[in-house]
Amino acid sequence: MTNSTRNRIKDKAFQVFGIFCMLIGLVFLAALLINILSEGLARIDWDFLTSLPSRRASRSGILTAWAGTLWILVLTSLIAFPLGISAGVYLEEYTKKTKMASFLEINIANLAGVPSIIYGLLGLEIFVRQMGMGSSLLAGAMTLSLLVLPIVIVTTRESLKAVPQTVRQGSFALGATKWQTTWLQVLPAAFGGILTGVIMSLSRAVGEAAPLVVVGALAYVPFVPSSPNDEFTVLPIQIFNWTSRPQAEFLVNAAAAIIMLLLITFLLNGIAVYLRNKQQKKIKW
Amino acid sequence: MSKKQIKLEARDINAYYGDFHALKGINVAMEEKTVTAFIGPSGCGKSTFLRIFNRMNDYIDGFKTEGEILLDGENIYAKNVLVDELRKRVGMVFQKPNPFPKSIYENVVYGLKIQGMSNKAALAEAAEKALHQAALWNEVKDNLNKSALALSGGQQQRLCIARALAISPSVLLMDEPASALDPISTAKIEELIHQLKEQYTIVIVTHNMQQAGRVSDTTAFFYMGELVEHAKTKTIFTNPKDKRTEDYITGRFG
Ligand SMILES: Nc1ncnc2c1ncn2[C@@H]1O[C@H](COP(=O)(O)OP(=O)(O)OP(=O)(O)O)[C@@H](O)[C@H]1O
Ligand SMILES: [Mg+2]
Repeated sequence: MTNSTRNRIKDKAFQVFGIFCMLIGLVFLAALLINILSEGLARIDWDFLTSLPSRRASRSGILTAWAGTLWILVLTSLIAFPLGISAGVYLEEYTKKTKMASFLEINIANLAGVPSIIYGLLGLEIFVRQMGMGSSLLAGAMTLSLLVLPIVIVTTRESLKAVPQTVRQGSFALGATKWQTTWLQVLPAAFGGILTGVIMSLSRAVGEAAPLVVVGALAYVPFVPSSPNDEFTVLPIQIFNWTSRPQAEFLVNAAAAIIMLLLITFLLNGIAVYLRNKQQKKIKW
Repeated sequence: MSKKQIKLEARDINAYYGDFHALKGINVAMEEKTVTAFIGPSGCGKSTFLRIFNRMNDYIDGFKTEGEILLDGENIYAKNVLVDELRKRVGMVFQKPNPFPKSIYENVVYGLKIQGMSNKAALAEAAEKALHQAALWNEVKDNLNKSALALSGGQQQRLCIARALAISPSVLLMDEPASALDPISTAKIEELIHQLKEQYTIVIVTHNMQQAGRVSDTTAFFYMGELVEHAKTKTIFTNPKDKRTEDYITGRFG
């Protein structure tokens, strides 16, 4: 066998292996989706979306859960985005490229990989206990903010890095200050990328149950939260709660709630992809 | 030479990229409302020296300057100088066109907007004037809101010139402004330089000897970080003092 035929065989073999790996992933995902849809789709109706939770599965709804999820999404955005984007801008545009800066950079990337339950414990100690917020929406949102902050910072920096240095130079050469250059040129040029990143980070936050359970989110909340100080539940916790019940009807409820959660996640990711494509069309370097 | 005021003067300029000695003891004076051409082989330090005049080298890590640059008699490297104010007086056109990822109109008025000008009519008027000056108006007047990135390379470069002119600096630094342009746009730019000379002091880096001959009053020849010779352009081209200058302009190296 010549060298080149051997290489071609290797090439083919790897392709087949790659397709196989991809199929495994797809098959499981498809199985999951089909299973969930067949079980839960029929359960979704107006009543299900607008009813409070109940001891009886057939009367139980997800109103408080998705209202809680929505609250958490909004509060987390309000807290994490300004903080994370500012930190990213500071690190990328203002700090000198020192050893300290690269040490920080590595550790922020590491933080993005810390298990979410650790953030829950941190939130429990600091926000719930020390700062006396109790198991409120605010405490939950702040905990999730900690969780997504590293992702927001990292994607902000990546997006800023993608803006060519020549844009900054052009702005400086016209007498712009650092502040003007950052606000009027660099951030707008990086906006699409940053937005994509922060929305992706939200879709991560929306699926989290563990840190919120630790913070003390309740499985049974018989009212729709009306202020950030209220107690709350979210979809993932509601799902977890229902799946651990013995009655089959609750499993159907869980499947239906999972569909709603997936819908929210797909929606967020869809928006992110849409914004990215739109930005790419507008700015071709 | 005539008795014009000295606009720009370099005194004992030494510059370093880390340990690399890029500019070696340069002294040169440029009169106001003249065009000075910087010529010399690639890598001799023309761009580096040009950026000294608006302090664009400040952003390069490890870059260090010694000496003084006097603009209207004042040292721009003095401690109390605000670089953004300096750059409103000393405009620059880069070697590669670098329009902002915004509309043509937004590109031109950016310099004015950051100075606080907000009157729509005045901005539009200034934009039109600058685009006329840069010989771009006729090509873009119907789609000022089009993205600047959709323009051709030559058009982008003229947009960058318009952008620099819009804030009416008194000195204009141009780093091979025509290297990306076709002969017709190049001729337009050269024509433009002739007109701008009435108001501006212009320094232009060029690799094109004919261009240097056509547009400049004086020419400075650089070689390996040194200023070899600075004299009237005619003198440089017909009767250079230094052997290296002669070799370069006759095309024996570079
Ligand atoms: N950012 C930098 N870091 C380190 N060295 C640099 C940097 N920029 C330029 N140099 C070096 O400084 C010297 C002068 O470069 P400069 O760009 O000023 O040359 P130039 O005369 O403009 O050349 P060209 O005609 O090719 O544009 C070169 O040897 C170059 O390698
Ligand atoms: Mg150069």
